[in-house]
Amino acid sequence: MKYVIIGNSAAAVGAVEGLRSVDPEGAITLVSNETYHTYSRPLISYLLQGRTDRQRMKYRPDDFYETNGCRTLFGRTAVKLEPEKRSVLLDDGTALTYDSLLVAAGSSPFVPPMAGLESVEKHFSFMSLDDANALEQALFPEARVLIVGAGLIGLKCAEGIFGRVGKITVLDLAAHVLPSILDEAGAALVQRALESKGVDFRPGVSVKRFSGGSAELADGQALAFDILVTAVGVRPNAALVRDAGGETDGGILVDDKMRTTLCGVYAAGDCVLSHDLSCGSARILAILPNAYSGGFAAGTAMAGGEPAPRRTLPMNAIGLFGLHIATAGSYTGEVYQAQDAESYKKLFYSGGVLRGYILIGDVDRAGIYTALIREQTPLSQIDFPAVCREPSLIAFGRAYRDEKLAGKKD
Amino acid sequence: MKRVYVNEEWCLGCRLCEYHCAFANSGKTHMASALMNVKIRPNIRVEDDGKVCYAVSCRHCEEPLCVTSCITGALTRENGVITIDGARCVGCFTCVLSCPYGCVRPTGQGAMQKCELCLTNGGVPRCVIGCPNNAIVFEER
Ligand SMILES: Cc1cc2nc3c(=O)[nH]c(=O)nc-3n(C[C@H](O)[C@H](O)[C@H](O)COP(=O)(O)OP(=O)(O)OC[C@H]3O[C@@H](n4cnc5c(N)ncnc54)[C@H](O)[C@@H]3O)c2cc1C
Repeated sequence: MKYVIIGNSAAAVGAVEGLRSVDPEGAITLVSNETYHTYSRPLISYLLQGRTDRQRMKYRPDDFYETNGCRTLFGRTAVKLEPEKRSVLLDDGTALTYDSLLVAAGSSPFVPPMAGLESVEKHFSFMSLDDANALEQALFPEARVLIVGAGLIGLKCAEGIFGRVGKITVLDLAAHVLPSILDEAGAALVQRALESKGVDFRPGVSVKRFSGGSAELADGQALAFDILVTAVGVRPNAALVRDAGGETDGGILVDDKMRTTLCGVYAAGDCVLSHDLSCGSARILAILPNAYSGGFAAGTAMAGGEPAPRRTLPMNAIGLFGLHIATAGSYTGEVYQAQDAESYKKLFYSGGVLRGYILIGDVDRAGIYTALIREQTPLSQIDFPAVCREPSLIAFGRAYRDEKLAGKKD
Repeated sequence: MKRVYVNEEWCLGCRLCEYHCAFANSGKTHMASALMNVKIRPNIRVEDDGKVCYAVSCRHCEEPLCVTSCITGALTRENGVITIDGARCVGCFTCVLSCPYGCVRPTGQGAMQKCELCLTNGGVPRCVIGCPNNAIVFEER
């Protein structure tokens, strides 16, 4: 069997490990337009902070490709899929044939059209090691940095460069930071942490026009800056599949074996639509755990194996300036809330199951809540008030513990 | 494969397992100097609500969500044992968010820690050796 994987990140690595769990022999070729050994994308901010380095941020050991018998074609871009010929065309004119192919192309930064953006000399995205290296080159101690977008990537970027520049201003059209994963009250805690460090956050505002090192804001104010980072959002890299006639709807459509609608073509990771079991609908779940597990399932299926059923949901763990945040699922239904000086907790439940949560400060044992959402455990079967107060296995009862902790089957 | 199992009916709630675990992983040679006046962070924890009590530690799951979710590749499962490479871990807490048993926790120095079955502490888990009532055992089931 001949396998081709487009991509070299979490979904691609998952696929290699999935493939090898079934087929130790088949030929695997990895194609990536990045030139590096597989690295952990989320660690680019930690790299700028000095909390990791190029060696330690590798997602897999140095001998990963060798151990798994992978041929690598790095620095090459896949430009066209020809599913009827089971072939993929690369930018240097090479055509690679395959028995099955995985698109693990991830996502790209979305840069909205903003007037005068081309006049900004130092403008960066914050998605890749190349981006991080380029941004680092531009940093200087007095630099005024403007970050457009207060989502996860924008704020991680702020943390990454904090202490290496003079001033950081973050602005967002939304009314608070991390709008896709936090409510207003939770976001206020994070904003306080940012502001206590001197990061200037401006909610509810956008840039009307750039001219060189100045941004004219929608509220009429002008902001001078030396370095601009845009982190407004990401878009799935679905074009390869879409242009070949495969179905997409924002992201690539896949079934439970990660098959696209194109024969012999699979897809996984940030480029696909996933099933969010916390709300029952299809969404882009651009998180690394989802990329790895989707890739593993795809690899297993490509090699003819039966992938284990996946239960996917949004979940994020973020540390920002020493404050820890854990969130998962959907924020609908009734709410259990608790707050003290150091922590903030909201649990959302409806239809007899836990749907989502927000934890800030104290995130100890958050996975017990995640499991309740993932397994859709009927709350009537557990001591829900007890687990609301504190995540522990007490609430699950003796039979559960006998199975999980004592290895008893019945 | 041998694992740590708990016999809930035998647990006295004495928490000696927590102390033995913390000592075993402290790198010190004397229990008193290892544990005196420190807030211990054992990898096994006793849950006790006044009515029931038992110890909880890593299950070394066959399909480990902490490993598949790890954003750095610091968590791995080899020969049935899940271990963490503290040098690669950046303390992002994704494993804490993923573990259904709440068995990964911060070291307090940036990285995460978890039960590694005392692989480097002589091979028999110290919580098991230190349990006075056979409520924690290391065996095949
Ligand atoms: C700053 C930052 C922080 C993050 N923090 C977290 C976090 O804390 N937790 C979390 O869960 N997630 C986090 N994420 C998201 C996480 O990085 C992604 O979900 C994950 O990397 C997705 O993996 P993937 O394999 O699907 O795609 P990607 O990592 O995007 O990799 C896709 C690869 O395919 C290559 N490629 C694309 N198109 C082609 C082509 N046509 N030809 C050849 N190669 C191609 C790309 O260059 C890239 O190397 C973060 C992301 C960023 C940017």
